[in-house]
Amino acid sequence: MQGSRLYEGQKLALKYFFVAVVLFGAQLLFGLLAAIQFLYPDFLFGVLDFSINRIVHINALVVWLLYAMIGAVYWLLPDEAGIEVVGVKLANLAFYILTAAVAVVVLVYLFIQVGPGKESTIWFITEGREYIEAPRWADIGIVAVVLVFLYNVYATVMKGKHTGILVVLMADLIALAGLYLAGMFYTDNIAIDQFWWWWVVHLWVEATWEVYVAAVGGYILIKTLNANRKVVEMWLWIEVAMMFGSGILGLGHHYFWIGTPEYWWEIGALFSALEPVPLVGLFVHVLYDWGKERGKGNTIKNVPAFAWLTVETFGNFLGAGVWGFMHTLPQINLYTHGTQWPAAHGHLAFFGAYVAIMISAIYLGIQGKAGLKELKMTKAGWWAITLITVGVLLMTVALTISAYVQTMVERGMYGATWEGFFVAQADVWFTQGMGWRLFSGLMVIAGYGFLVYDLLTCDKKQPAEVYEEEAAAATA
Amino acid sequence: MDKKPSVWSSNRFWRRSATWVTGVSAVLLIFLTMDSMSQMTMGTAKDIENKVAKRIPSPVVINYKIDYQLNRKRGHEVPIIGGMDANGNSKYEEKEKFFGRDDYSEKEASELIHKGKLTIQAKNCMDCHTLLGNGAYYAPDLTKAWLDPTWNTLAAAYGGKEYAIAAFLQNPPAMAMHERKMPNLGITKDEAKAVVAYLKFMAAIDTNGFPRNFGKIKGAVDARK
Repeated sequence: MQGSRLYEGQKLALKYFFVAVVLFGAQLLFGLLAAIQFLYPDFLFGVLDFSINRIVHINALVVWLLYAMIGAVYWLLPDEAGIEVVGVKLANLAFYILTAAVAVVVLVYLFIQVGPGKESTIWFITEGREYIEAPRWADIGIVAVVLVFLYNVYATVMKGKHTGILVVLMADLIALAGLYLAGMFYTDNIAIDQFWWWWVVHLWVEATWEVYVAAVGGYILIKTLNANRKVVEMWLWIEVAMMFGSGILGLGHHYFWIGTPEYWWEIGALFSALEPVPLVGLFVHVLYDWGKERGKGNTIKNVPAFAWLTVETFGNFLGAGVWGFMHTLPQINLYTHGTQWPAAHGHLAFFGAYVAIMISAIYLGIQGKAGLKELKMTKAGWWAITLITVGVLLMTVALTISAYVQTMVERGMYGATWEGFFVAQADVWFTQGMGWRLFSGLMVIAGYGFLVYDLLTCDKKQPAEVYEEEAAAATA
Repeated sequence: MDKKPSVWSSNRFWRRSATWVTGVSAVLLIFLTMDSMSQMTMGTAKDIENKVAKRIPSPVVINYKIDYQLNRKRGHEVPIIGGMDANGNSKYEEKEKFFGRDDYSEKEASELIHKGKLTIQAKNCMDCHTLLGNGAYYAPDLTKAWLDPTWNTLAAAYGGKEYAIAAFLQNPPAMAMHERKMPNLGITKDEAKAVVAYLKFMAAIDTNGFPRNFGKIKGAVDARK
């Protein structure tokens, strides 16, 4: 009975991971459709328009990452606290409610798509606000489910051990959940609308999610490398200080052009320019621990999880740090705001900062489920990490080239008019970039195929010594 | 023999630092947010009467001519409402008919803006277009769409650019401007009027000079011809 070793909370984590991987596939599929439409605008025109494909693309992204994040917490929570998750039955119920709600929201996106210009549309069909399009009824449902999740985490930690990782997560999750409320109101004033919308979007992805990643990354280091907990937790606190120190006021870099006072130029520029600093720290930390443990002759306990964690730190630094910094200063952002620049940055940043670490956490779950002391990289796993990582890097470069063309032609030469927009979109260098983006998207999808195959089979495809050690441990 | 461990490797020190840094940042953000909110509340018809500049003006700006001109003092373009004075500021005088009227009351204008904003959200505009530069990058930015030269060329045929934009919104494929067409989203006549009102209102929002040089250097490549 392999499953019996697991806590009930960990079994629930595996359910969250399962839905996360399915939604990851949906994200890629609808991203592919949207990428095709950039080159062939008549493709699915009037059936699944670009706007709908994009909604599903970005919403599936956010929701699958949240599923994986919740899953990873349920996975590590009983392990860290040393006790079963408190209220796990309720947690299971919340999982099924959330999943049913997500299914309904997606079906409405796909088949109803738009509504009349009335409040009822905002409540039942779409809020039409990028990333948080989910209608208001679903917002309220999400809040209810998140409250159950917070109860599980808090009640479990209160009863069990209070590790540094858990303390950081407790503080971070309450901020993460509370921030969602900032996106749950309607106003006719689009400037104020976007101001609070960024409270959700920025303070999630550039503050609370980053801290979450630092905490879960610390746990993965302990699990894969046997890294010293005290050192990991010290680094974690340093990262929290740097991430919140830069990320909270870094919010200002979204307040340059939306009807906000000018002082956000200086505040946003200064603090957002500091945002890459903790990401360098995270990167150095992981490489340092890796070298140290290898020097001692220790093996990595879960090679795919560790490999994806390495991709995370590198991709986070490059995608969120470097690509973000490239257009964060207002002097540059005046011309790049609203072009393919944020698309280039967004693809590598979401992948680097979040996708990679969530895949890493899922591999920990796979190892735990199979009850293996070590998990090595398989051929399929190697193909998955290579195709996905190279694909996203290539995509980022392609989008960056298109972004340059758009910025120079539409903004620089034509002064941002509709004519300028279409001239730039038709520029051969722009469309070449879009062509390479489509190609690299297909690479990522091929990699996803390998990933799914590997997640389903890697525990049975380990080299012989893994099972022998396992058998030896069992008889000893 | 027992060396006191350095404070720099003390978890307690870093935990306290993290708490303080986060707390101070959060307090500063809340303070700045309160100040921004006070500067970003929508203006009133009274403000326009008294020629008080607001970052987000009253919806009654739809009664006025809107422009976007360089302000030398601020070093970038600013919205100009109802004509420009010698210092490059709005005069709030010059009116402009909007669907045949230039006397929308604050209540009427607010109702139009309300319906316009709801329609913009209900049709997922932001998932193809950008508004104030935020959204998707499949279709043009709408921040200053009201002022786009494209509509000036169509205005005559429709008896005013508001009529041209409204006609476009009700059946975009019929007036497609590019092979990347806008789909028909079932926008009604009333919704179209409200959306056009919102676009005009949005063009009057002070965006700190975004977008730069709007419509100023059209055809710069051929400028010397």
